[in-house]
Amino acid sequence: MPRVQHVSAKKGDVIVLVGTMKGAFVLRSNAARKKWDVGGPYSIGSPVYAMAFDQRQGRHRLWWAQQSFRWGTVLCSSDDYGKTITEPEAYSVKFPEESKLALKNIWQICLGRADDPDTLYCGVEPAALFESHDGGKTWSPVKGLLDHPHRDRWVPGGGGMCLHTILPDPVNPRRMVIAISTAGTYRSDDGGTTWQARNQGVRAEFLPDKYPEFGQCVHKIVQHPAQPQRLFLQNHWGLYRSDDGGNSWKDIANGVPSDFGFCMVMHPHDPDTVYIVPIESDEYRCTPEGKMRVYRTHNAGASWEPLTRGLPQKNALETVLRDSMATDAADPTGIYFGTRSGKVYGSSDEGKSWQTILEGLPAVVCVRAALVGDGGTSSPRRRGGAEKEKEKIQKKRSASRRAPAKRQTKGRAAKR
Amino acid sequence: MAVTVRIPSYLASFAGGRNSLELDGSPATVADALASLWQLHPALRDRILDEQGAVRQHINIFVGEEAIRFADGLSTKVPEGAEILIVPAVSGG
Repeated sequence: MPRVQHVSAKKGDVIVLVGTMKGAFVLRSNAARKKWDVGGPYSIGSPVYAMAFDQRQGRHRLWWAQQSFRWGTVLCSSDDYGKTITEPEAYSVKFPEESKLALKNIWQICLGRADDPDTLYCGVEPAALFESHDGGKTWSPVKGLLDHPHRDRWVPGGGGMCLHTILPDPVNPRRMVIAISTAGTYRSDDGGTTWQARNQGVRAEFLPDKYPEFGQCVHKIVQHPAQPQRLFLQNHWGLYRSDDGGNSWKDIANGVPSDFGFCMVMHPHDPDTVYIVPIESDEYRCTPEGKMRVYRTHNAGASWEPLTRGLPQKNALETVLRDSMATDAADPTGIYFGTRSGKVYGSSDEGKSWQTILEGLPAVVCVRAALVGDGGTSSPRRRGGAEKEKEKIQKKRSASRRAPAKRQTKGRAAKR
Repeated sequence: MAVTVRIPSYLASFAGGRNSLELDGSPATVADALASLWQLHPALRDRILDEQGAVRQHINIFVGEEAIRFADGLSTKVPEGAEILIVPAVSGG
């Protein structure tokens, strides 16, 4: 067994949580984010698909889902970065007997709104949403989704039939958006009692009807608290934005080498900035051309630019999965992602440059990041590194309009 | 004679550190024996059965040398003085 090491963190530090197929790791750095201490592995040998860090009400609580193909899936927690771990005697996330369902995995742990500090959510496989209103002690399934009339027609994607995205609306406490592979996007406007499919305009490339009411294979959706009506979506083929809370979606795959991909993260301080890692295709799930490129939009999807400095641009046949990318709330914000080949990359300057933080891990399936001591709430829009960077880019563009320059190729090479 | 249950090492920490224990009484079936086991060590239940009461897919339970999967499942009879083995399956990667 590997020797387990621990980290500790103080206010102003940044922690990065890394879930792998053989256990979880906790990385810590100071505000500079150049050198990292590594804690773990925790839940040695177990896949850890979901992690979260709850800082509401002064907590420093790590949550993670320990999956075992033998012993089932249990939600673990620690209030001291893994030194002492709480693994409940009786599993807390369980389907009721009458559902005839049994938990396979927990894919997502999501904190409730800042003004609801004892609420947490879990997205699980088979697709269901669980909620806790006592700080994670007890959990129950959201009945409106468990008994959804579409359930019999939801089918598993390649990873299983998982509910992997949970977006509690930051303004309207009765609204929530969730996503299921492969069922698509659903929204509730009545506190979870009823759920409506919200997939208009999203392609289901693998079905005879390319635009069905539901059945899309959504991979990730993100939302910024300053603009809750606007959603960005990375689909199994397709990049989309909705400006009406998911009622309709429009294609924003402008200038990416492929519109297939898994992960997508929102800039924490700028509702126009989103990061993705394009993947060549569903047949060949690797970074296109063997180049490890993060793509960023600064204008809500009107255009995307590759971020490559410090990332391998040769023989990098990598896969970054749906939950393997995260941002911290520092300014400038840090961005982190992990690969199926066990590498963790990080940027402390909003993606301008990257460093390899760790190599040689088991396959990475989850990355989460947090600024320690920020209370765990999403920051409102403010002038930060992203805005300064945007101004710089705009200036550069105006200059290039004045001078003849090589035109950037725009296309959707891999769109089918 | 009492029935003995052998517990895999991973689960020993949920059974007071013990790898085997004797059950009081004479459980008629594996289900009865497990119910007695949960009474003694409740944390074992969710790790061996799923929430629908089925033995987890990658766990094998034997009565003596007989796998209950190929007998009557949890209704398999437990003779007096028998040994019940709970064994993680050889699987994974």
